Amino acid sequence: MKRVALSGNYAVAYAVKMADVDVIAAYPITPQTPIVEKLSEFVADGLLDAEYINVESEHSALSACIGSSLTGARTFTATSSQGLAYMHEVLFMASSLRTSIVMANVNRALSHPLNIWNDHSDAMAERDVGWIQFWVNSVQEAFDATIQAFKIAEEVLLPVMINLDGFILSHINEVLILPDEELVREFIPSKPLFNRLSPKLAYTIGVVGPPEYYYEMRYQIIDAIERSRKNINEVNREFGELFGRTYGNISTYMMEDADYALITMGAVSSTAKIVVDSLRKEGEKVGLISIRCFRPFPKNDIIEVFEDVKSIGVLDRALTPGGIGHPLFTEIVTTLYDSSKIIPVQSFVGGLGGRDITIDDFKQMYKIIKDVGLSGRRKPCIYIGLRE
Amino acid sequence: MFKTIKDLPRDEYLAPGHRLCAGCTVGTAVRQILKASGGNVVVVTATSCLEVSTSYFPQTAWRVPWIHLGFENSAAVAAGIESALKALRKKGKSNEDFHVMVISGDGGTFDIGIQALSGALERGHDLLYICYDNEAYMNTGIQRSSATPYAAATTTSPPGARSIGQRTHKKDLVGIAIAHGIPYAATACPSYPIDLMNKVRKGLDVEGPSLLHVLTPCTTGWRFDPSLGIEIGRLAVLTGLWPLYEVDRGVTRLTVQVPKREPVRKYLELQGRFKHISENEINKIQEIADKNAEKFGLGPIKE
Repeated sequence: MKRVALSGNYAVAYAVKMADVDVIAAYPITPQTPIVEKLSEFVADGLLDAEYINVESEHSALSACIGSSLTGARTFTATSSQGLAYMHEVLFMASSLRTSIVMANVNRALSHPLNIWNDHSDAMAERDVGWIQFWVNSVQEAFDATIQAFKIAEEVLLPVMINLDGFILSHINEVLILPDEELVREFIPSKPLFNRLSPKLAYTIGVVGPPEYYYEMRYQIIDAIERSRKNINEVNREFGELFGRTYGNISTYMMEDADYALITMGAVSSTAKIVVDSLRKEGEKVGLISIRCFRPFPKNDIIEVFEDVKSIGVLDRALTPGGIGHPLFTEIVTTLYDSSKIIPVQSFVGGLGGRDITIDDFKQMYKIIKDVGLSGRRKPCIYIGLRE
Repeated sequence: MFKTIKDLPRDEYLAPGHRLCAGCTVGTAVRQILKASGGNVVVVTATSCLEVSTSYFPQTAWRVPWIHLGFENSAAVAAGIESALKALRKKGKSNEDFHVMVISGDGGTFDIGIQALSGALERGHDLLYICYDNEAYMNTGIQRSSATPYAAATTTSPPGARSIGQRTHKKDLVGIAIAHGIPYAATACPSYPIDLMNKVRKGLDVEGPSLLHVLTPCTTGWRFDPSLGIEIGRLAVLTGLWPLYEVDRGVTRLTVQVPKREPVRKYLELQGRFKHISENEINKIQEIADKNAEKFGLGPIKE
């Protein structure tokens, strides 16, 4: 174990190396590229014994990963933005064929206009593809989530996507605890996975599913991802025992007695925490919730912490044009529908295409959340920092 | 090497009862391909006639491991399988040893899949890519592809007052493959099973990527009697429109000589897709055959 300063991208690369992956298939795209550059170096230097496939596109990257995972190899890829969008149809195939692929998605805006900076549009557009989705808040979490992802993916036979914010996490150095490789190996032993493409078995995979069967086949994804909740919690507990750090499906800050809560995802929560601290000093009972596990969505965890809250704000960093609400807002409102309480929820959008969300922006959001709580009436979605 | 039909293995790896059209030559070709493979193979197929006709759940015609993902990515899937096997063997995690083979159609190869194919060939994966070519999107109902020959009628290249049918010429797939510097590429046709099967063997045995371009006449799309598939394939070869050759480590060699060529008219007049064409188009198609004859050393036209 050692303490080192690493970027979020390099933290993921180190986790993948320590997981002793067998196959990497990846295509460069900003801001993900340093992950696959580092992995290429590990392979070139003989520090990681893996086949590195320099594919000609993200579509082929994920296609190759599916072939590899079904052959029983521990398989990794990484992408961002347009790359993830280009993978779209293959994402469905990766989950429905029950692969154990782990992918880092370094969140970036989608075109047009072309924008390499951070928001959550890319992963939110892939909500419904049947992948487990983690969102991390720090470099340490990026490392830990990657290690956990392999174990979860291989147990539940579903692919896992780890989302980390482009540049904000991917390119920023933070100090993290890098465990010994032996400890990681103890947690996820380097073993061959189930080879479903063996001449010994002669399975037919990727069949035509006619109407009499398609429905049941698709339902298996619902069943698998629902059951994965148990594995996610158990893997997290085991991880804690071995490494001394655990993460919930959500992380909360000052929520024990909070009247007003803001819900965020990703690295922006660290700015929000600073604002919570300063507002608390002013006597405001504010708190923060950050969603770590977006799929499967941690409904029960969220309902629990909402027990005594007067109003809630949801910060989306992606859009659902023409929808009732933006993606995270919709999930939260739907969650509350199943709770016994009626709590007003204010929708915010901010930080699109790398636009900063400042301390003042968060202060404004908390002020609005409080007003909504006092009046009991929410406003239409507020686009924070949008120039008129 | 298979010398006569008596040398052919009796094992069948494509089960009868698949849903390909009566008279379809793709089933014949795949049966020959799998016999030549000896069965120790993982097959990847793009979305295609072959795919939908052999994997209709809960039935399967495949007696070898088989996977289908999408339309455009069969070469990438095969690359992933090959790399996984390589990694697992190298790391002592597996002692399995099998060949990886793609069998995809012309749409999935010439058009939507050419990027993934180019990538896989360029990277040098040890796999055999077989394109079965029925010269249009037959699975979706006979739309033109970039493998459709000049003047052929399809539902998206219909002849009309301002159209002679397909106005472009077929891509040179073997040429494209060879341009990647791969060790082996060849043409084949199930009308010549010994030739086809020996080429499958060569493609599998060579180290690195190899490609086989197989002409599979389509009774439905080319509009000929279902009994004529093998005959039409033979005429494609005998006219010089489908020369059977291979490019083995840079050396191009005709594998089936045609001492006396049939005129292309004989091939064209059996097919409904060429029914509309005039003497002018027939002459142009004859020129294609004549050029092939010159390039590959085929004999003169029969008097």
